Amino acid sequence: MDITVILLLMTFLVSVGALMVFVWSMSKGLFGTGPEASRLIFDQGEQGKIEDPALTEIQRKAFQQDMNPAAANQHSMDTELQERLVADQSSAGPALLCLTLAVIWLFWGSIAGMIASMKLHLPDWWVASEWITFGRIRPVHLNIVAYGWCSFAGVGIALWMIPRLLKTPLRGARYAYAGALVWHVGVTLGVASILAGLSDGLEWLEFPWQVDILLFTGGGLMAVPLVMTLLNRKVDHLYVSVWYMGAALLWFPVLFGVANIPNLHFGVQEATMNWWYGHNALGLWFTPLGLAAAYYFIPKVIGKPIHSYNLSLLGFWSLAFFYSQVGGHHLIGGPVPSWFITMGIVQSVMMVIPVLAVAINQHMTVLGNFRALKHSPTLRFIVIGAMMYTLASVQGSMESLRNVNLVTHFTHYTVAHAHIGLYGFFSFVMFGSIYFVMPRITQWEWPYPKLISLHFWLVTLGIGIYFVWLSIGGWLQGLILLDGSKPFMDSVAVTLPYLEARSLGGGLMTLGHIVFALHFFAMALRFGPSRMTQAVLGDSKFLNLFLKPKRVTA
Amino acid sequence: MKTGHFDEFKLVTGAMAILALATSIMVVVPYLLLDKVHPVGTALKPYSMAELKGRNEYVSQGCVYCHSQQPRDPAFNSADQERGWGRPSVASDYYYDRPHLLGTMRTGPDLMNIAVRQPSKDWHLGHLYQPRAYTPGSNMPAYPFLFEEIPATEVRKDHVVINLPPDFAVEGTAVVATPRALDLVAYLLAMDRTYPVIPGLEGDAMPKKKTVKE
Repeated sequence: MDITVILLLMTFLVSVGALMVFVWSMSKGLFGTGPEASRLIFDQGEQGKIEDPALTEIQRKAFQQDMNPAAANQHSMDTELQERLVADQSSAGPALLCLTLAVIWLFWGSIAGMIASMKLHLPDWWVASEWITFGRIRPVHLNIVAYGWCSFAGVGIALWMIPRLLKTPLRGARYAYAGALVWHVGVTLGVASILAGLSDGLEWLEFPWQVDILLFTGGGLMAVPLVMTLLNRKVDHLYVSVWYMGAALLWFPVLFGVANIPNLHFGVQEATMNWWYGHNALGLWFTPLGLAAAYYFIPKVIGKPIHSYNLSLLGFWSLAFFYSQVGGHHLIGGPVPSWFITMGIVQSVMMVIPVLAVAINQHMTVLGNFRALKHSPTLRFIVIGAMMYTLASVQGSMESLRNVNLVTHFTHYTVAHAHIGLYGFFSFVMFGSIYFVMPRITQWEWPYPKLISLHFWLVTLGIGIYFVWLSIGGWLQGLILLDGSKPFMDSVAVTLPYLEARSLGGGLMTLGHIVFALHFFAMALRFGPSRMTQAVLGDSKFLNLFLKPKRVTA
Repeated sequence: MKTGHFDEFKLVTGAMAILALATSIMVVVPYLLLDKVHPVGTALKPYSMAELKGRNEYVSQGCVYCHSQQPRDPAFNSADQERGWGRPSVASDYYYDRPHLLGTMRTGPDLMNIAVRQPSKDWHLGHLYQPRAYTPGSNMPAYPFLFEEIPATEVRKDHVVINLPPDFAVEGTAVVATPRALDLVAYLLAMDRTYPVIPGLEGDAMPKKKTVKE
């Protein structure tokens, strides 16, 4: 037996062994007690009470009446609610900064995506300008949505949740401000570099390494408040969301740092590194941030603790273990060692464990409460997002199998899959989370609640069209690519109508984002009829919010 | 003692140990294995200055988002061979590649051996200027900014004028390739990895044998 086979077997044995040790240790209570920790997100007397700040007072009452009328009159302890107000105030500034930047980047990311999508079926459109050629605007789209929108949204929501979950004010907010600004400058310069043709040439790692220093520093700085607040925590147990966020904020700088060391990686080794990074950015950065939000907001809105706390921790550790080694499936059929690919496939299939843990847990939490979706726009976004997580992950495990991958590997099918993951799952969860937290941050209600529904239907319809048609087009493309008797150009021709459908779906999503962004800024600038607090003249300046957050009166 | 007391410790050590394991297997081990895979004895040569510049142009224009550089093993699927895209590539073929350009997409065909299929410089230049003049139905972007359109009367001896098919040529106007276009084509014309692979040299990098049941 050669060394690679031994290595592979060892990996597999270590995987299974680690899982066994973990299950054993959990049965011994080494990872904290279950039900207790899952109730941590509720204050005394709060369980059974719905919460959705995106609703009006009347809607909220109807929601509570429908879900659990008995709990409506429960009284929470004033001291605990007061503590939460202090916690919310401490995070309002940094969270608002991150979310504002996220929304701005979402807008630009959508525009870049639209242009890239249209260029694929209109190849002679807007070709005179070099900076906007397909090969530049496409990576610009990816980098903006990944490092601009998704990262800022994920970190903003994480910063807002941390003090609530640790029941103590956020420490070190200034590091978060500094980190966010450095990161923002990094993304701006990175995007400018790609447009100017200065790319590192690796997917997901296009930003030149000089710019990467900014992202590395910014990411590290944004993790500082987490560490400082953790050290001052007032809770005995860490809620599952904290595990996810904490690990993500620690993982990212390491991943990004190793991947961007200049003049180290070469040839095929660089390719293995590329997909170690590429899939870990998804698995160890975006996914945990998204799941952390889902694990907090779903039970919070419904007023019911998650089904099984232990299962959620099993999900966390198995995700960390298996997801970190799946990248090899991006190189199936390529010139890399067979053990590398086999390992990627094995771990991709093992991903079913953490995915089922999340799916069962969240489904059991929502079970019997599905009517809550009718009332709460926040929940609608997050629950659909969580369902898309299951769909995207199971699909991903399937795609890693050799005979499926053979068809899908070099096609638009993969692109559709990427969007159901990072958009259907992650972005949807973030939309819902932002609808929840913004009223708490700004102490203002969403001025035009109907726009939330409009946003929801535009993007749901948009991603539906996008995913269904592009998946079909990609599959057909793959079948022709595999048939050597057919001319290559057939594989291009077959995709064209589906690429047009994709532009239609993308257009609806972009419209939805414009609605969302306008609503977001209308709220931040304190437009709209409904007011939770007295409007004070001269207090409607956006920047004031960063400087002195107001008390919540509700 | 409270049970949650060491949660941070578990979080940090657990999370970092897991990442370290993944990094060792997926980054460090390939580094150690592939560092020994030299293309010695094969026909693979380092890129020339013009080819390197052209390769940078390939990166800069984002060709990798539509073109792979990795013909697949016929044991996996024979279509790549039937289309004449060349033998399955091996790790040593990429020895001089920084950054790697293996690609993940085939909106366009694989380019690992494009120089063998299309050895004509004229074809490449014209195709970059207007892909649809040479491949009807192509959705490749046109790259007019890599060329200069000048009055036919101003053509100098050192200009490389491209010959467009009659339908696409404009009378009285000459399309002249810029140095960037010429470099890019020099790189494309260096894309020939059809030389034989020396057995034994590739070691573990060969995707030939199936060792583990899936």
